[in-house]
Amino acid sequence: MRKKLVCVSCPVGCELEVEVHGPGAIEVSGNRCPRGEAYAREEVTDPKRVLMSLVKVVGGERPVVAVRTDRPIPKRLFPQVMGLVRRLCLKAPVKLGQVVALAGDGAQLITTQQVREASPPPGAGASKSG
Amino acid sequence: MKVRRVEVLVVGGGAAGMAAAAAAAGAGAETVLLEREGNLGGVLEQCIHPGFGLHRYREELTGPEFSHRLRGELAGSGAEVLTEATVLELAPRGPRLLAAHPQGLTEFRPRAVVWAAGARERPFGALRIPGTRPAGIYTAGLAQRLLDIHGLLPGRRAVILGSGDIGLIMARRLHLEGVEVAAVLEIKPFPGGLLRNVVQCLSDFGIPLLLRHTVAEVHGRERLSGITVVEVDEAGRPLPGSGKFLACDTLVLSVGLIPENRLIEPLVPLDPWNRGPQVNARLQTELPWLFGAGNSLAVFDLVDTVAELGARAGAAAARYARGELSPARPVPLVRGENVLHLVPSFLVPGEPTTVYIRVPRPLPQARVSLGGVISKNHLGVRPTEMVEINLSPEALAELCRLPEVRVEVTPG
Repeated sequence: MRKKLVCVSCPVGCELEVEVHGPGAIEVSGNRCPRGEAYAREEVTDPKRVLMSLVKVVGGERPVVAVRTDRPIPKRLFPQVMGLVRRLCLKAPVKLGQVVALAGDGAQLITTQQVREASPPPGAGASKSG
Repeated sequence: MKVRRVEVLVVGGGAAGMAAAAAAAGAGAETVLLEREGNLGGVLEQCIHPGFGLHRYREELTGPEFSHRLRGELAGSGAEVLTEATVLELAPRGPRLLAAHPQGLTEFRPRAVVWAAGARERPFGALRIPGTRPAGIYTAGLAQRLLDIHGLLPGRRAVILGSGDIGLIMARRLHLEGVEVAAVLEIKPFPGGLLRNVVQCLSDFGIPLLLRHTVAEVHGRERLSGITVVEVDEAGRPLPGSGKFLACDTLVLSVGLIPENRLIEPLVPLDPWNRGPQVNARLQTELPWLFGAGNSLAVFDLVDTVAELGARAGAAAARYARGELSPARPVPLVRGENVLHLVPSFLVPGEPTTVYIRVPRPLPQARVSLGGVISKNHLGVRPTEMVEINLSPEALAELCRLPEVRVEVTPG
């Protein structure tokens, strides 16, 4: 079986030709670096991608924080992980690189930015805010 | 009004401006960076997808992570940052630059200025699409800001016009967050964004890409109710009878970025194709104290390139501010066949540089030539990926002996 793929490992986007002889036995051409072959091998068996999304934040200067998986996860897990992401909620302050949850296949969901606590509204004085 | 003398003043706190200020301050110049928003980072903050930093940091980062690294470099450089500071005027005599910020107005009297104001999105009004003017029409960057900064969904069923990278990225982001993306329309016969983004943003999720299609009319009274999609011919003209109604409540436009140069446009010549100031290999404009960097020069593909150009402009501005940049005879780079964007506009003897070339159409096999001195074969040159030519000192010396250097990309 012959397949044409575009390598997504970097912005160059090499156009790959993949000859699939059998399970694990593939031949790759068109790649300009070794990552292309690794990509093709994975793409014809179990394609993986990094997933990015947002998680709710309470008490922060902004209502959401950006998150991603710390490594590519199988594409087939995306719907399941997105379902989990929507149920999560963090309390400010949020640090960059904070682990939020496990995302399947050994990956972790991590924050990619920081969110400071919301500054108290003007006139709040010395009273404690929740 | 406060008057403030500085050596290097950087306008804009995105990737180019942060890298410029860090480089200028790192070279020992007293540097101030002015940023209009409350936070540094520019558009990087809302680009929460990975794909940044492979060149600069040798790893794949998201926009906010790339921005965080640059902020760290800036903080360690000793440059002063003024946020919520908007530049109102730029007078060439002096030069003097008037900025408004929460503490009031300040007139800056810098020795050198790095203009790193980035680019703006082409708006809906510029497209002259007939129909009503309902709510629900967003530029891609605006939709991205609503979603990824404010956590708001722009609608329920979207069509994306234009297959530039921001449009493709937004198709994936909207799909992942539960918005149905009915289609991405592209007027040209080839996608406007990187192939990897067509694969990982559209194909991965079964989102259709309709090449040679555009929007002929928008419908809806208060909120968008749908659009008329038409097929077009080679010249982009609608094919009669091809119109179809497509229901949607959201139209996202990814139809190009325009370098932001309003304040410097009256002062220095702009390149009509790049739409940014003409600069020499030092990234110096015709006014020797004014330097250009990043997407205000021309729209680049990668933030890594933008940061690299920022750093070079900042370092050159620091040299100029300290009188270390002697005037030099510029050698013009002129456009030949198949050259759309071209940076820089001039070579300078003894100044090593990279020449950035964007072709207007895909060429499966191409030969890139600079003044007949450099001639390189390239496989698959595409408008989405600039060709970069690094000039060796020997090649530069040879090119600088020519009255002008013709840059061309020929098929075959």
